[in-house]
Amino acid sequence: MRELTYVEALREMMSQEMRENENVFLMGEDIGVYGGAFGVTRGMIEEFGPERVRNTPISEAGITGSAIGSALTGMQPIVELQFSDFITIAMDQLANQAAKLRYMYGGKGNVPMVLRTPAGSGTGAAAQHSQSLEAWVAHIPGLKVVQPSTAYDAKGLLKAAIDDPNPVIFYEHKLLYKTSSEDVPEEPYSIPLGQADVKREGEDVTIIATTVMVHRALEAAKSLAEEGISVEVIDPRSIVPLDEETIIQSVIKTNRVVVAHEAVKRGGYGGEIASMITESEAFDFLDAPVKRLGASPVPVPYNPELEKAMTPQTEDLIRAVKDTLNRE
Amino acid sequence: MLNSVQLYPEKSNDELLSLLKEMWTIRFFDEKVDEFFAKGMIHGTTHLCVGQEVTATGPCAVIKEEDKITSTHRGHGHCIAKGADINRMMAELFGRSTGYCKGKGGSMHIADVEKGNLGANGIVGGGIPLATGAALTSKMKQKDEVILSYFGDGAANEGSFHESLNIASIWNLPVIFICENNQYGMSGSVKEMVNIEHIADRATAYGIPGKVVDGNDLIEVMNETHEAVKHARDGKGPVLIEAKTYRWKGHSKSDARKYRTREEEQAWKEADGIKRFRDLLISEEIVTEEAADNLRKEAKQEVEDAVKYAEDSPEPSIDTLMEDVYA
Ligand SMILES: Cc1ncc(C[n+]2csc(CCOP(=O)(O)OP(=O)(O)O)c2C)c(N)n1
Ligand SMILES: [Mg+2]
Repeated sequence: MRELTYVEALREMMSQEMRENENVFLMGEDIGVYGGAFGVTRGMIEEFGPERVRNTPISEAGITGSAIGSALTGMQPIVELQFSDFITIAMDQLANQAAKLRYMYGGKGNVPMVLRTPAGSGTGAAAQHSQSLEAWVAHIPGLKVVQPSTAYDAKGLLKAAIDDPNPVIFYEHKLLYKTSSEDVPEEPYSIPLGQADVKREGEDVTIIATTVMVHRALEAAKSLAEEGISVEVIDPRSIVPLDEETIIQSVIKTNRVVVAHEAVKRGGYGGEIASMITESEAFDFLDAPVKRLGASPVPVPYNPELEKAMTPQTEDLIRAVKDTLNRE
Repeated sequence: MLNSVQLYPEKSNDELLSLLKEMWTIRFFDEKVDEFFAKGMIHGTTHLCVGQEVTATGPCAVIKEEDKITSTHRGHGHCIAKGADINRMMAELFGRSTGYCKGKGGSMHIADVEKGNLGANGIVGGGIPLATGAALTSKMKQKDEVILSYFGDGAANEGSFHESLNIASIWNLPVIFICENNQYGMSGSVKEMVNIEHIADRATAYGIPGKVVDGNDLIEVMNETHEAVKHARDGKGPVLIEAKTYRWKGHSKSDARKYRTREEEQAWKEADGIKRFRDLLISEEIVTEEAADNLRKEAKQEVEDAVKYAEDSPEPSIDTLMEDVYA
């Protein structure tokens, strides 16, 4: 099958959808000839023209809000927010408008839009361009939250997000844009939101990891296998809706669990996952406390060593797994 | 002193020469940074103000030391113009502990609070409300300070710009909004992103003066800012100044510049504001060509020295990670 990068997978899915569905269009800063800050929309304005690939002013509240308004009235916009940190500026429109309109209107109207945006650290972009704020939006009933970790997942989840009649916040990751999957089908396919993926099967400890942390978890699992420790890696892929069942069944099997994300640990979504496990029937099967890994509670620093020290790395995951096994 | 043109405030010959040198320092600093990024010697991203030296130097040259500025992601020039030490700036870009932000901020966050620079900003339009707030302090404490808020043409489309101009205008705050219109956001041309010819015309909507200036003409930039500062210091409220200028380089470290032509770039380069000021000083016999060349070399050498300082500076200790989150 075809090898495709994460960027190419996203672009292919948007293009396929736009060829099929005239309601789908793009809005965002520098998504025209520039091709977007990370090149995701490169070539799209040439194919679809400036009416459907709308280069916008630097007005995140206005862009997001007008996407919501157009979605409410029959369009299916995909907004690209250049860095997910700028969601702060769009937040009223997302949290107070998009998320609630349908409910407030008594079940009338819906907001079929996708807001795509890159999160994450590791590029030296520092405090205002590196955050992982997915817990903010996950907290708001009415929004769905997706975090693909591979090119394959990115394509399938994006299709599901576009088809979804609700507002979906689609978190991409800067460090993953150039990564590729070897098996990305050319024809459109959909990965249902709320369906976790077992990225590696194992027996001793479950790691639940999101986005870039999935890759670190897989590296940790590989290295731990050499020491005879078998690790299962689960990627929820969407945190709202969350596939609780896959997580619970895995914990019942392994009896030990590590929850890891790049976002700051305090108030991070890992806390929600950990609580969900302890509230479930998996609680009785736990042989060790649920272990959470997340970033230190500081703004993302510029210096590369500090930046690395802030976020969980593969070694931290290895240590966490051993902790749950009471091993050195 | 200049004879052929009137400059406000008047500047001595030495002062004029130091302005010329400062603009060269800004240019060489950013050219050096460009080189380092191209070689992968600095990580993260950077935004260079090569071509925009006049709009950095001019406004800062007419305010007092205790006056303040807010800057942007394209902030190295503003920082130098407000009196920063380029050694510590370069050290910050290298992520070293001697940098202005102890290596935690990088290019987009250099601040020099002691010198009245409230910081570069990674958020487009993020500094405009901060400047408005600093002007509020000045007014409430009767400090007689004026705040200069630098921002780009792109930032003028953020809500923060409009809300700040309104607040500053109804409260008569001593803040000068300086829009460096370099014709583009990242790639969005001002012609496509704004439905009027001059961003300065937006001042009308807030009932404040709006001025358009040639951003390559140091004399005009200084005179207009001087006038605006006087207006603000007299308690008459804010002014919006739009300086037409151009960034010679790409937006940030990787930019194929597909959204504009090489001819357009060339035309703006020919209007180089540094050269224009240098030629003026030579024609007024304030400096000889040779002395000007020496000044230029000095500026270049100081940037080299800053690189050396940065390279010799230590990396921050990992223990500093948790410091400075709270006061
Ligand atoms: C709120 C926000 N939106 C978008 C960006 C990404 N971005 C950084 S600089 C820039 C262009 C800014 O244009 P302008 O204000 O004209 O300043 P210039 O870069 O031309 O100096 C953009 C879109 C950002 N940093 N912050
Ligand atoms: Mg601009």
